[in-house]
Amino acid sequence: MRQQFVKTIESVLEQDSRLIVLLGDIGVFGFRRAFEKYPDRMYNAGILEQATVGLAAGLSSEGFIPVVHTIAPFIVERSLEQIKIDFCYQNLGGNFISVGSSFDYAALGCTHHCPGDVGILKNVPGMQIVVPGHPEEFDRLFQQSYTNGRATYFRLTEKGNSLPNSVEFGKAAVLKRGAKATIIAVGPVLEDVMSACVDIDITILYYTSLEPFDVETLRQNCASSKILICEPYYSGALDYDVIKSVGINSVKIEHIGVPHVFLTQYGKAQDHNQCIGLTPQNIRLKLGSLINE
Amino acid sequence: MKRFVEKIITIAANMGEGHIPSALSVLDILWVLYDRILNVYPHDPIHPGRDRFILSKGHASLGLYVVLSEKGFFDKSLIDNFAKYDSILGGHPDRNKIPGVEASTGSLGHGFPMAVGIALALKIKKSFSKVFTIIGDGECNEGSVWEAVLLAAHHKLNNLICIIDYNHSTDRALNVGDLAMKFEAFGWRSCEIDGHDHEQIYNALRDTPKDKPVAVIANTIKGRGCKVMENNPAWHHRSPTKDELIEILKSLD
Repeated sequence: MRQQFVKTIESVLEQDSRLIVLLGDIGVFGFRRAFEKYPDRMYNAGILEQATVGLAAGLSSEGFIPVVHTIAPFIVERSLEQIKIDFCYQNLGGNFISVGSSFDYAALGCTHHCPGDVGILKNVPGMQIVVPGHPEEFDRLFQQSYTNGRATYFRLTEKGNSLPNSVEFGKAAVLKRGAKATIIAVGPVLEDVMSACVDIDITILYYTSLEPFDVETLRQNCASSKILICEPYYSGALDYDVIKSVGINSVKIEHIGVPHVFLTQYGKAQDHNQCIGLTPQNIRLKLGSLINE
Repeated sequence: MKRFVEKIITIAANMGEGHIPSALSVLDILWVLYDRILNVYPHDPIHPGRDRFILSKGHASLGLYVVLSEKGFFDKSLIDNFAKYDSILGGHPDRNKIPGVEASTGSLGHGFPMAVGIALALKIKKSFSKVFTIIGDGECNEGSVWEAVLLAAHHKLNNLICIIDYNHSTDRALNVGDLAMKFEAFGWRSCEIDGHDHEQIYNALRDTPKDKPVAVIANTIKGRGCKVMENNPAWHHRSPTKDELIEILKSLD
């Protein structure tokens, strides 16, 4: 997904002279051609995320479209107030593109984890949140939204799905229709969901835009009133949207996601996924329990 | 300036809101900026050729409001609605409501980095406009201020002037020391002035910086012009009662 990120940005730099990129001293080598070609619109801002986001807001107020890029915790958690006040409160547009997702940097430990990003940003009014599941989906979703004048967070993941889906910004895709339950699959967990449920009579909704959240598609595809949310970050970030869509009294909601604890082991992201049950086997198990309740 | 001081104190007293001493601390600087320095267009406040000003220490908003209204950015009567429910003029300035306000400030350490971004944008656009911002010495506690100082120096933003309202309000917490030396050490030009002397303010702000961003350390008195409030932290976010207002207005120089 990182290579696609570079490709997409290079392409947009070419077509839109308003785009300015600010790197938090990562990805500099990957963007070496862009640095040569667009020296006045490519900046390695340095390791100072708060002022970088503030500076980006200043650029935005002058008509540029900033892209700020660094590792997820440093952009979302370190500079949260700048995203909230400098962008969202002031109605300024900009794009925040992270790498690392929940624990792609598993071996580096909890300082580089960020499973809280979606839940945190869900609490910032006006913030848009995009979780692509495949590099091509990032390209489509970025191209569809980067000029819309809003602050948008793109959560890039090291390991996505093998194949892209047809995605549209702000819309969920209905990948399968069934009767016994509805699964909300977010971005890169889709492949595990599909393999876990291939022979089960359920609906699968694929969400890549988490804000705005597509209320209508869920409302129209939840006849069973049983919902399993499979999400690759702290569980529960979508609960408000789901309840708003289908009502609190009539629905049973279960989650498979990241538990709200520090995952202090190292290894690889898949080790954490295995440990917390973000696996096809566990999805199948949990779905079975939900259906049989 | 006395009528501005009267207005600021009276408005704050009427609403029971406002940071009066902070507004009085920067009032002279704001007046010289808008009267003699800034190239602005009150009836076309987003004119592309304008100079940009950001009051990063947004709690001094009352000072900005009396000056903006005096210069015709909005109807003078609006200032009497300060901090009322439907007012465009709140305790901190809002760029989406107030003509002439470039950034919504309030949380310290936010407006200055935005000013750096605007200065960089103007350089990219090859604009001759300048960017001015006022920060406080208390605001200089914020790490984002020094991040912004680094960025502005690195990118040689010689269209950026940062005025530091050095009224020593932070001394009780952190002594920020010799700010002129600190800015110089970060790669800025700096100078020190009496922040209540209009000629000194004018002379420090009128020249275009040559090669670097400029820090103007303005030595000021918090609450300047209102003896009972001068350097008295009890008044930081307090408004006079009706009786106090009568006494204070009588006592103004």
